[in-house]
Amino acid sequence: MSRREAGSRREGASLSRTSLLDRYNGWLQHHRLSAADSLQRVLDHPGSSLLTWLVIGIALALPVGLNVALDNVSQVSAGWDSPAQISLFLQDGVAHDRARQLEVELGARKDVGQTRFVSREHALEEFRTLSGFADVLASLEENPLPDLILVTPVATLDGPAVAALRTELQGNTDVAEAVLDMEWLQRLNSLMELSRRLVLAVGGMLVIGVLLILGNTIRLAIESRRDEIVIVKLVGGSNGFVRRPFLYTGLWYGVGGGVLAALLVSVALWFLEEPIGELALLYESAFQLSGLGIMGALNLVILGGMLGLAGAWLAVSRHLVHIEPR
Amino acid sequence: MITFDRVSKRYAQGHDALREISVHINRDELVFLTGHSGAGKSTLLRLIMLMERPSRGQVTIDGQDLAEVRPRGIPQHRRNIGVVFQNHQLLFDRSVFDNVALPLIIAGYEHREVGRRVRAALDKVGLLDRERAMPITLSGGEQQRVGIARAVVGKPKILLADEPTGNLDPALSAEIMDLFEEFNQVGVTVLIASHDLVLISRLHHRIITLRQGSLISGSAL
Repeated sequence: MSRREAGSRREGASLSRTSLLDRYNGWLQHHRLSAADSLQRVLDHPGSSLLTWLVIGIALALPVGLNVALDNVSQVSAGWDSPAQISLFLQDGVAHDRARQLEVELGARKDVGQTRFVSREHALEEFRTLSGFADVLASLEENPLPDLILVTPVATLDGPAVAALRTELQGNTDVAEAVLDMEWLQRLNSLMELSRRLVLAVGGMLVIGVLLILGNTIRLAIESRRDEIVIVKLVGGSNGFVRRPFLYTGLWYGVGGGVLAALLVSVALWFLEEPIGELALLYESAFQLSGLGIMGALNLVILGGMLGLAGAWLAVSRHLVHIEPR
Repeated sequence: MITFDRVSKRYAQGHDALREISVHINRDELVFLTGHSGAGKSTLLRLIMLMERPSRGQVTIDGQDLAEVRPRGIPQHRRNIGVVFQNHQLLFDRSVFDNVALPLIIAGYEHREVGRRVRAALDKVGLLDRERAMPITLSGGEQQRVGIARAVVGKPKILLADEPTGNLDPALSAEIMDLFEEFNQVGVTVLIASHDLVLISRLHHRIITLRQGSLISGSAL
């Protein structure tokens, strides 16, 4: 169609419309142009762009970094989580033979995985070396500690079943007290849950902050190109056409912020890696700090990009409609 | 091509910009629109561009009642009309080529087609050798010709001009008017608002005169 219409202006005037495929190609081309042009504009002002990226990067890195830290803590505590352990403190008068026998009986049960007998003398000795209260302990007339059987249920036993086992063992006449060593773990878990929610709340607020910052940055970009928008609308630019470069600007700010956030988190982890490794070594643990990973970093960049788009959309939908040719 | 039927425009402050205007402009016609500033010339053009809506009456462009054009349809409507402004309204951070290409980019033309049409339009206004120049380096007359190239590059059926020679000396003004006549001769309906009576009365085209929003003369051939 394009060649024929070159023949006559009179005919060409009625051919100002384009075919659907041409329009699609043109639309695609304008997306490419807008993306490139917006990126160029962002890079043309490296100072202010870097500031925007940093603000977004820090706002994203904070909750993400805290989340990575929590992940690491729960990874450590997962090693303690199961199997739970039941401590059976025996009655005062129970002889060692009877205690040994009880240990074997318990060990034969199907729901018990492991048992360990700790005699009161052994416990005292252990306490003496570990606590450093040797002098105090030496002054005691008799050993205050009871005999102890540590019962580890089989791993397949769930929480209520372990609690039921504890109640059953408590009923044994030789047992003074059966204690399930899970309370502190539950406390830790609920503390972790609380921290997670706090991180989520802080993250949510920072995300809103990022949206507002981006919205404001885009609003300024819109203001500075007001004349251009008016001209584009005068020569037939649709709202979508006018919107496009600003949405891309938001995208570039968001993606840049996401990349910076991933970098910040990685640097922080690298900074902490050595002291944590030393600490783990002191506890004879093979614990290793786990970072964001490639996928985590990628998700962060995608999240940044989406936030950028959303923030730009917010600004564009609020401010662009008010700019009309006057 | 352009029909105003008892069109009035009253602004919110109670000022009547146009009163009961009825006028018809034929296809292929070149018409001048004149009157003192504030007589309603710009308002009339703005109604055609759908920058404003009339308070009363009906505006019909190329058989289309403009009251039926929804906000969503305004961009498409404007693409069929070329406009030349007194202050050129060029983008000063883009080259001459990019300025002229803007309507084609908006309409979604393919890359090579854009280049071909832009060069044809620039050739028409005699600025083919300046396509890489920035508008700021051009003279007032050249800037206006860039504006005209941008107005005609999409091959519109209608060409509007609001004081296109406002800031130009007589010789340059005459050149610009020659350009409009050339476009008219190839079938474009041209409506030019101008208060330069000396210039337009020499050109032997219909002259519509407005005074304080009312039509004084030139309502029909």
